[in-house]
Formats: sequence, structure tokens, C-alpha cells
Amino acid sequence: MTGVIQRFSSLLHGRPWLALLLLLIPPLLWMGIIYIGSLLNLLIYSFYSLDDFTGQVKYEPTLSTLQQLFTSSSNVDIVQRTVFMSIAVTVACAVIAFPIAYFMAFHTKGNSKAFWILLVLLPLWSSYLVRVYAWKLLLAKEGIISWFFDTLGIRFVLDWILTLPVIGGFSLSSSYLGMFLVFVYVWLPYMILPIQASLERVPKSLLQASSDLGAKPNQTFWKILLPLTVPGIAAGSIFTFSLTLGDYIIPGVVGAPGFFIGQMVYTQQGTAGNIPLAAAFSLVPIVIIGLYLAFAKKLGAFDAL
Amino acid sequence: MTQHLTSNAVLLESVSCTFGTPTKTVKAVDNVSLEIKEGEFFSLLGPSGSGKTTCLRLIGGFERPSSGSIRLFGTDASRLPPFLRELNTVFQDYALFPHMTVAENVAYALMVRGVNKTERTKRALEMLESVKLGGFGSRRPAQLSGGQRQRVALARALVNRPRILLLDEPLGALDLKLREEMQIELKALQRELGITFIYVTHDQGEALSMSDRVAVFNHGKIEQLDAPKVLYDAPKTEFVARFVGSANILDGALIGQAGLFALRPENIQVMPLQSASKLQGELIDIHFLGAQTRLEVQVGSTRIAALQSGETPLQRGQQVSLIWQDSHLRQLEVRA
Amino acid sequence: MTQASWGLRIAAGLCVLFLHFPLFIIVLYAFTTDDKTYAFPPPGLTLHWFGVAAARSDIWAALWLSVRTALLATLLAVVLGTMVAAAMYRANFWGKEGITLLFILPIALPGIVTGIALLSSIRRANIEPGLLTMVIGHATFCIVTVFNNVVARFRRISHSQLEASSDLGATGWQTFRFIILPNIATALLAGGLLSFALSFDEVIVTTFTSGTEQTLPIWFLNELFRPRDRPITNVVAIFVIAVTMIPILLVQRLTQAGEDLHGGGKTS
Repeated sequence: MTGVIQRFSSLLHGRPWLALLLLLIPPLLWMGIIYIGSLLNLLIYSFYSLDDFTGQVKYEPTLSTLQQLFTSSSNVDIVQRTVFMSIAVTVACAVIAFPIAYFMAFHTKGNSKAFWILLVLLPLWSSYLVRVYAWKLLLAKEGIISWFFDTLGIRFVLDWILTLPVIGGFSLSSSYLGMFLVFVYVWLPYMILPIQASLERVPKSLLQASSDLGAKPNQTFWKILLPLTVPGIAAGSIFTFSLTLGDYIIPGVVGAPGFFIGQMVYTQQGTAGNIPLAAAFSLVPIVIIGLYLAFAKKLGAFDAL
Repeated sequence: MTQHLTSNAVLLESVSCTFGTPTKTVKAVDNVSLEIKEGEFFSLLGPSGSGKTTCLRLIGGFERPSSGSIRLFGTDASRLPPFLRELNTVFQDYALFPHMTVAENVAYALMVRGVNKTERTKRALEMLESVKLGGFGSRRPAQLSGGQRQRVALARALVNRPRILLLDEPLGALDLKLREEMQIELKALQRELGITFIYVTHDQGEALSMSDRVAVFNHGKIEQLDAPKVLYDAPKTEFVARFVGSANILDGALIGQAGLFALRPENIQVMPLQSASKLQGELIDIHFLGAQTRLEVQVGSTRIAALQSGETPLQRGQQVSLIWQDSHLRQLEVRA
Repeated sequence: MTQASWGLRIAAGLCVLFLHFPLFIIVLYAFTTDDKTYAFPPPGLTLHWFGVAAARSDIWAALWLSVRTALLATLLAVVLGTMVAAAMYRANFWGKEGITLLFILPIALPGIVTGIALLSSIRRANIEPGLLTMVIGHATFCIVTVFNNVVARFRRISHSQLEASSDLGATGWQTFRFIILPNIATALLAGGLLSFALSFDEVIVTTFTSGTEQTLPIWFLNELFRPRDRPITNVVAIFVIAVTMIPILLVQRLTQAGEDLHGGGKTS
């Protein structure tokens, strides 16, 4: 046995590319066949269509399914709805995350910084489903938030919010506002950490120079610090944007009527058995995210990851 | 102890080693041939990038020659991986295994050969004693000083009693005093063990003081291979003359001869102007160095340095004559 | 360190409160006597629901399936991820960035995309979805988790250590066993733990690849959409929090401990 091992080792010696190849081939085959193959398969499926009579998938190439995406107004609504929510969530996360990221970057050090990072990460590490579930309880009509408004005697404020068009609804747990809150809650840590890292990377000397040249603190903030944190914000936004874009659970659990892209994909492949349409719908996030990544790359997000 | 000076431990024949991408290649070692005798202390000397380290790595098996052959004790080793070669290496950064104790590090070569635990621990501890680190066995490399780590690397490479030991600038990170101590110890060790040491260094003083023979490398080629004294007294090329000790390089025209010549400063006497002298010039500068004085004389467009013991009565600006013995004037080969 | 303004400190504190409050509520509700578990403050506290949950065989079955899937997927991910890390840590060849992107894709693209893509392949290949398809799906996005942890550790093994090992007589396999493996062991463990947590908690890709099987997250998802026994769900929620959080806390410990391994060379 040792003889075989020795001969093999000698064979690899002086041929480093051979070892590289042997190491890479199994994982590459795996990813290539299973993952890329599946993605290609998905693409192909979007060119098939569902036979209206039999309900079976017709394996003939056609553009009709893809057309449905653009022509049917309800489909266009779905895409719009999802994109707007993603943008809103991203903006809200950025705004909420910034103060705490700033605090962590400039007012904590060493052990206390590690502690704060742990605090931010802990919710992320507990199950996503549990966190969504928790909010369902919170937002329920008889839940904590209602009780909170009641005891403070400002129930009417809550009722008024719920009457607002678009974002209101029957109860918080079935309104866009509720959905929005849950999205922000779930993705917030993903935005805090890149911004914090980005803030830390800004050399202190730049801020001191700005002050030295006569800028007031808020001018330094808006003109120097904030622009330099754009890569971090962009990096965080990649997560919040793409995660919201593809999510189907939160809209389903805390949802208003009116589907999101993820739900569309899910239901179409489920009961409807319309895999071609589901596939077509799933192409939308891929394309949008691809474009968004290119945009974020320009902003320097990839260096901030 | 008789040294088998007739047998070759290492034989390199027309060895070249090229690196780089297909569009840009670098010849680190360019058609080098040398033989190293068994039991020799042999040094590869040269500036960084001269190919000496690559040459060592070729002998060790960490690089493959792109042409030529490498023989170890007569057998062709060009294709042998390091673990099949009968030699061991002391690496420049020591390369101690951080997750093992010192004793485990030293015993490693024995472990991979299947020597049982009691036997190899015993031999490892013996080895540590011989490098004056007895009692350090259970420590970790991180807890040792640079000099101590260096000794562990040495012990580790010697535990298996290799016939050849390769040393890649092992003393580079040590301070001057420690370095000088280690030089003496290494030389004594080599004499005691009687094995072949192949030593890479850029420090010419180190190479000269420890070696039986030295190969001077420059741009991938060997400019001269000789015993230290020969290298010093009879340098063959301008590079060797300058790199080993310091030298004045004189155009033959200055002294009425053809060619290029080297003359060491300590071999030149500076005297008040005499008519029969071969070279005359103006004394430009005098540097008092303690036991010696360096005088710089401008002869035409050439500045010549002379070194003499004690002080000099001569004055700056004075016209002087330069005197030397003919045997000290070395003619240099001129490479095209 | 300069003192933060009060406004900033309040903002940071509120943010942390916002992040942790819902989890605290869940834990609280697992003990409530209200069987709708909406009422706040909870009318009373009890351990009753823990017992009820423990008696539910469907929960145990789902749990067991989740554990099996996670273990198998982690095993695959560790092997494949380590291979990629070993190949790539010194890599400087032409396709390097493309390969890195390839392995990141499964977590970069939304889970729904990965899920439906795998489902389309399952349909085309006419396989029965179940444990096998779930393990394959999970392993695919867990590879990069292991890779990230292991590749950083590989880079800290100095190349001269590997040469020294070979110089001292070790074959490639011996070098791997005695030098490489001990050095990456904690990173492997960390990657494995993260991969386990990731797989255990995953629900989106799992939904598409599970067929009729139910992992614990899927069981939980059904409870979300069609709630029946809320108190039991709360108990399960606490359990799930623990199972996903504990491995990650361990990983924190491990990666900090791994920082202490240095000192084989001249410096440090």
C-alpha cells in the first residue's frame, strides 16, 4: 500500500496542475451537473407551455409562456409589487441600520465591539421561520402591538393607519405595512454589518482633515463620511434587495392579497402544475438581481463584502 | 577521519531551470554544472536573484530542472520527489510545524518512516541535546526565540542522519553576534558529523569563513567555483572581484597592458610621489577607520582605493604614487 | 473611545431591542397558559405545552428527518468544500474567479430560484423527491460555507511547511494527514457546524425537493400558514432557535481558538 501511495505522490510531484485537477473535478462536476444543469433546465422549461386542455406540460419550444409575463396585467402587477417592496425595504434598512452601525464603528472597541456584533448576529442565527412566526404573533389583531396601542389609549392611531390606502389592511398581519415591517426586521442585520465595516474602513485622518479645513461636523458627515460608506450600503443592499425579491414565505404569512413573485413561482409549480410559467417567473429575479449586482458592483459593493 | 574526497555527493550537469508564463520566462538557473564532494562544506554564494537558492531547491527536489541532470551519489535524481531523496533541508523560515511540540517536530522524519514512539522520542531528545536544547522538548515553536527555532530546524533535519544537509540562508534572521556564534557551531558540527553541507548565503564573509569551496552565482550562472582563498586572491571576473571582498577594477590602459585587472586595496601602498612608479595621481580623500586607513587616489578618471594599517603622513591634495606587487594584480576574464 | 451622543446611544439601543424583542416574546409565549397565545400579558405560566409537544410523533419524525438530511448534506459539503479549498487557496489560474462565483451562486440567487431549478431537474430525470433530493439540494449551497471557512485556514499554512514535510520523508498522504489536517481541523469543524445549522434551518429549497416528506422547518411552515396548535409551535420554535444558534456560537469559539495557532516561522 505504501508503495502505491509513494508512486502516486511521485507522480503528483512536479505536476502541480494534476493535483489541482484531481481536486477540482468532483466538486466542479457536482456544481456543473446538479446546479448549472438545473438552472439551464429551468431556462429551457420557460420555453415550454402548459396545454390548456390536458393540464400537462407541452414539451415544444414556444415564447408564449414568457409572453404571458409581460402581457397579462396581473403578472406585471406582481413584478411591480415585488420590486417596489424590495426597494422600500432596502431604503428602510439602510436608514435604520446606519445609526447603530455608526455607533458600533466609532464608539465601541475590542471586547465591547465583539459583544455588539454578537448582539446583532444572534437574531440572524436563530431560525428565519421562527422570526417570521414571532412577528405573526406580534402583529395579530389580539397581539402585542394592538395591546400596546390600546393601553396607551391611542388605538385610533392604529385604526387610522390601517385605513391608509395600499399599505393598510384588515389588520397589521394582513397588510403591506405589516409585511414591510417583517421584511425590515428579518434582513436588518445584513445591512448593519457591511455598513459598520465600511465605516471602519474610512481613515480617521480624512475626517480630521475635513475638520481641519473648516467643515462643521454635519458637513463632514454628509460630504465625506457618507459618500465613503456607499460601498458598504451597496453591499448590504444586495442582500436586502435580492432576499426580498425572491421571498415567498413572508408575503404568504403576513400578506395582503396580491401575490409576490416568489408566491407566484410557488403556487404555479404546485397545484397548477404549470412549471413553465413558474420557471418564467423565476427568471425575473435572476435578471433583476443580475442587473442590480452590476449596478452595485459599480458602487464598489464587491470590495466591501 | 578520512574524507572520501574522490566521490561526488552531488553532480549537476548542464542544469537549467526556467520559470514564468509562456509569454515571459525567466532563467533562474542557466546551464549550471558543478560537483560537490562527499564530506565537503560547500557554499552557494551570490546576490538575491542570482539563482543560488533555486539551485539548492533543485538539489532538494522542490523544483524540477527544465534541462540537464542531477545526480545524488551517482544515481539520477532529477525526477525524484523530495521525500525520496537522501538529504534534508534547513529552510530559510525554519518551517517548524506549529501544532507539534519541539520534540515531535524533531522526531517527524522518524515518525513518517514508522519508527516506534519510544525509539523516536529517545533519538529526538538526543538530537536536541546535541544542539544545546535539551529540556525544550515539550515546548511549542511559538514559545521559542529565533535562534532556538533555528536550532530546532537543524535538529529536525539531522535526526535521520542524512548524507547531505541543505541550508537555505539559515542565519539571515539572527543578529550579528548570534550569527557569528552559529557560524562557528555549524562548522564544528559539520566536521563532527562528516556529512556534506550545502550552504546558501549572500554574505561573502560567511561563505569564506565556513566553506571548503564556494560557487559564486550571478544571473543564474556560476562565475567562479574555488576554495575561499583562491576566490579571494585570484578572482576570475569583475563580478567575483567586487562581490568577494572589495577590489579596484583597472582598465589595462592605465598601466600599459591589455585587458581588465583587479587589485585589492590592501595590496596597494600609497607613497609620496616617485618617478619610477607605475601609477600616479592625486590623493583625494583619507578615511580613518581605526586600525586601518583608507586612502582614495584619483588617477585620471579612475578612483582607486588603498587600505593601509595605521595612520598616514600624507596630506589631502598631495600628488602620490601607487605601488604594488605584480603577483597581486589579477587579470580578469572579460565576458561578452 | 469617544462618548456617543445620547441620541445615538438610544438609537442603537432601540435597534437592538427591535432585533431581540420578537424572539423574547416567542420564548415567553411557550410558557403561557393562553392556548391561543396571543394575549399579552400572558395570563399564566406553565410547562404544560412542553409535555404535549414531546408527545407528538409527527414532530419527532420531522425532527429526525431534518437531522438526517443535515448530517448527510454536511458530510458531502465538507468533502467537496475541502477539495475546492485545497485546489483554490493558492490558485492563480485563469478560471479562478469564475469558479468562486460558481460556488457562491446557490446562496447569491434567491432560494426560490434554486428550489425550482432543482425541481425541474427532478421532474425531468423522473426521480422521486425525498431524502436523496433534499440532501443533494442542501449540499449544493452548503459547499460554499465549508469552503469559506477552510480556505482561509489553508492560506495560513506556509508553503515551506509542506516542503519541509516532504523533505523529511513524508509522502503526499502523510503530509496531508500529519500537517494539513491538524491545521485545518478546527476550520473543518466550524464549516461543518455552520453547514449543519444552515441545512437544518433551510425551508425554501427543501420545500421544492422534499416531495411528501416533512422536515422540521416544513412542519413549522405549515403551522405558519395554517395554524392549529400554536402553543406547541412555540415550544418547537424555542427548540429550533437552540439547534440553529448553538452550532454557530460554537463556531465563534472555534474560530477564535484557531487564531492562536501560529509560530512555526521566524516572525511572530
